[in-house]
Order: sequence, then C-alpha cells, then structure tokens
Amino acid sequence: MPRIEVDVNRCKGCELCVVACPYKVISLSGKFAHTGYYPAAMVQPEKCTGCTLCALVCPDVAIEVYK
Amino acid sequence: MEKKVFSRTKGLTEVFMRYCPGCGHGVIHRLVAEAIEELGVRKRTIGIAPVGCSVFADEYFNCDMIQPAHGRGPAVATGMKRVKPDCIVFSYQGDGDLASIGMAETVHAAARGERITIIFVNNAIYGMTGGQMAPTTLVGMKSTTSPFGRDPRVAGYPIKVCELLSTLEAPSYLARVSVHKPANVIKAKKAIKKAFQVQIDDLGFSLVEILSQCPTDWFVTPLQAVEYVEKAMVPFYPLGEFKTPEGKKEPAKAETKMAVEKG
Ligand SMILES: Cc1ncc(C[n+]2csc(CCOP(=O)(O)OP(=O)(O)O)c2C)c(N)n1
Ligand code: SF4
Ligand code: SF4
Ligand code: SF4
Repeated sequence: MPRIEVDVNRCKGCELCVVACPYKVISLSGKFAHTGYYPAAMVQPEKCTGCTLCALVCPDVAIEVYK
Repeated sequence: MEKKVFSRTKGLTEVFMRYCPGCGHGVIHRLVAEAIEELGVRKRTIGIAPVGCSVFADEYFNCDMIQPAHGRGPAVATGMKRVKPDCIVFSYQGDGDLASIGMAETVHAAARGERITIIFVNNAIYGMTGGQMAPTTLVGMKSTTSPFGRDPRVAGYPIKVCELLSTLEAPSYLARVSVHKPANVIKAKKAIKKAFQVQIDDLGFSLVEILSQCPTDWFVTPLQAVEYVEKAMVPFYPLGEFKTPEGKKEPAKAETKMAVEKG
C-alpha cells in the first residue's frame, strides 16, 4: 500500500501538501505537535498512490513516500 | 516489498529549518541540495549563505559553506572559485541581498563571466528585516515601506534580474522558475541542475532566479501566498530560460588598433 510518513518534528502545518495531493489523502490533524503546529496526517490512506506530489512541495522536507 | 520513493536528500543536514510555515526557502534548499548530491559534486561544493532569512543556510546545506557580508556573495564566490577552480561554488541570495545592496557584485560577476552558480530567491520583499520594499516588489504591492502599495512615481518599477543580465555577453545560463506548484518545483529542479552542470562543464556564469513565497511578510496564509505567486508574480516575471550555453554567440573581437587611413 502506498503511503506517506510525516515527520511531526519538522512539519509546520502549512497545508501546501494538503492542496498538492490530487486525491485529498492529507489533512491537518486536530492535535498539535510539541512544536506547536498542527501537523499533516493521512486521513484517507487507502487513496494514496505514492505519486510524491505532496513531498515535492513540502518546504520543510517533512514527508517521505513509500510505495 | 515496500520501497522508499521519496526521502530526504543527504545534501541537507538534519538541522531543523527556522523558516516560517510555507516559506519557499525550504523547497529551494532541497532542490539545490538534491542537485549537488545527484551530480556527485557535494564533497567539492562550497556554498555561500546570504544575509537575509537564509543567513543560517550554512547549517542546512551538507557541504562547505561560508557566510559573508550582505550582498557580497558573488564577490566571495569569485575569490573561492579562482583559488579553488576544481570546487563547485554557489551563492544563495535573496532579492534584497542580490538586487539592492549586492547589485554591483552581481552585475560585475555576471559581466566577467565568473564560473559560479547563483541561486537567486525572488520573494519580492525583505523577509528577514520585517517586510520592507525590495527592488523586486511589484507595483501596488504593500510592504512596511510602501503601506499603500508600491507607487512607481516614488519607487520606480521592479527590476527583472534575468532580463537585465541577459543583455550581457558573458552569462551562459539564465533562467527563471518558481516553486508554487508541484509541476513548477519539477521544472525548478531541472533548471538548478542545469545551472550546476554549466559550472561542472566549465561553461561560465549561471544564475537561476526562483520566484518564492513569503507568507509572513506578505501578511497572508501559505495557501494565499502560493496563489499570489501564480496570479501576480508569474505574469510580471515570465518563467523560462533567458540564456543557454547552446544559444551563446561569441561577440566579434574588436581590433586593438584602429586602422588609420594615411593620406
Ligand atoms: C550591511 C547591511 N545592511 C543591511 C542589513 C539589514 N538586512 C538584513 S537582511 C536584509 C534584506 C533581506 O532581504 P532578502 O535579501 O530579500 O532576503 P529574505 O530575507 O527575503 O530571504 C537587510 C536589508 C544588514 N544585515 N547588513
Ligand atoms: S507541506 Fe510539509 S510542512 Fe506543510 S503541512 Fe505538509 S508536511 Fe507539514
Ligand atoms: S503521495 Fe500523492 S497520493 Fe499520496 S498523499 Fe502524497 S500527493 Fe497524495
Ligand atoms: S519572513 Fe518570509 S522569507 Fe523569511 S522565513 Fe518567513 S516566510 Fe520565509
């Protein structure tokens, strides 16, 4: 199953990955991380294709993609 | 078997980047870091960090780095490259750094055709100092020193650095890209790699201008900022290649002595 891993220590909740994902896999999580930001998380993991578009736009290089 | 198809490049250190959420600097760092890593030159690369929000770039890039005075990147890069011609030297600069205080260094390094690569981050504002107008601030764009929007009667018009430098003979590669959408990020990576390749092949001066978003000093959200890049910046700053080594023509050499007709 393709999936992404978000490094919650790096993510700043900018949402650029949320709009970059063509399948609406990602959303900001409701709980904030110790950094004070709401990190990105997979909300529809079954829809992920591993296309890496989210990782391409992430300014904090917080996303890794597995396929 | 599960495979990692996107991982953090070794060209970046593990240090946490102190940029605002959604700031374009982070993506641009990744592209530069991936380029030097993929081209196999990271261990002989010297990067030059500017004064500006990316003043700490020396902590983020996993190569030798130096951090000179504001705007002096191209001059320091010139020195580095001339004493260590086997090294790959890049200067990373914002628009305040490159096109205000450092304009003389930039233009002359380009005119001399120094064999360096400049990564020019155009976010149309002075980020680090709190959002003052830059030479690249768009007409009508609000900043702390143009609170009613940039007025060309007072502040003139924004400088198009690629177009300006393309009037010079020496530069080999000049391109403008942006990083506001995945497709643009892919093109930006190509241009940055090409710029480094020009230096590796010893073909001369290369510069890539990257339109970037500064949500904090534009007083917008990251999503509004990338939309602003698309709707306001790209129409004024056209994307594309302005000079390539393939398209370069050597100008005719002038004779040192004028032929004087004797009568
Ligand atoms: C000699 C000198 N003059 C002025 C400054 C103040 N200063 C620091 S950063 C900066 C401009 C930053 O803008 P830019 O280069 O566009 O980079 P950004 O922060 O937007 O990435 C200025 C004027 C300084 N540090 N040194
Ligand atoms: S783009 Fe990166 S920093 Fe921004 S929300 Fe997504 S994972 Fe977090
Ligand atoms: S890899 Fe592609 S499909 Fe999966 S979350 Fe990222 S953008 Fe969406
Ligand atoms: S002030 Fe602007 S350029 Fe500086 S880190 Fe924040 S968003 Fe980036």
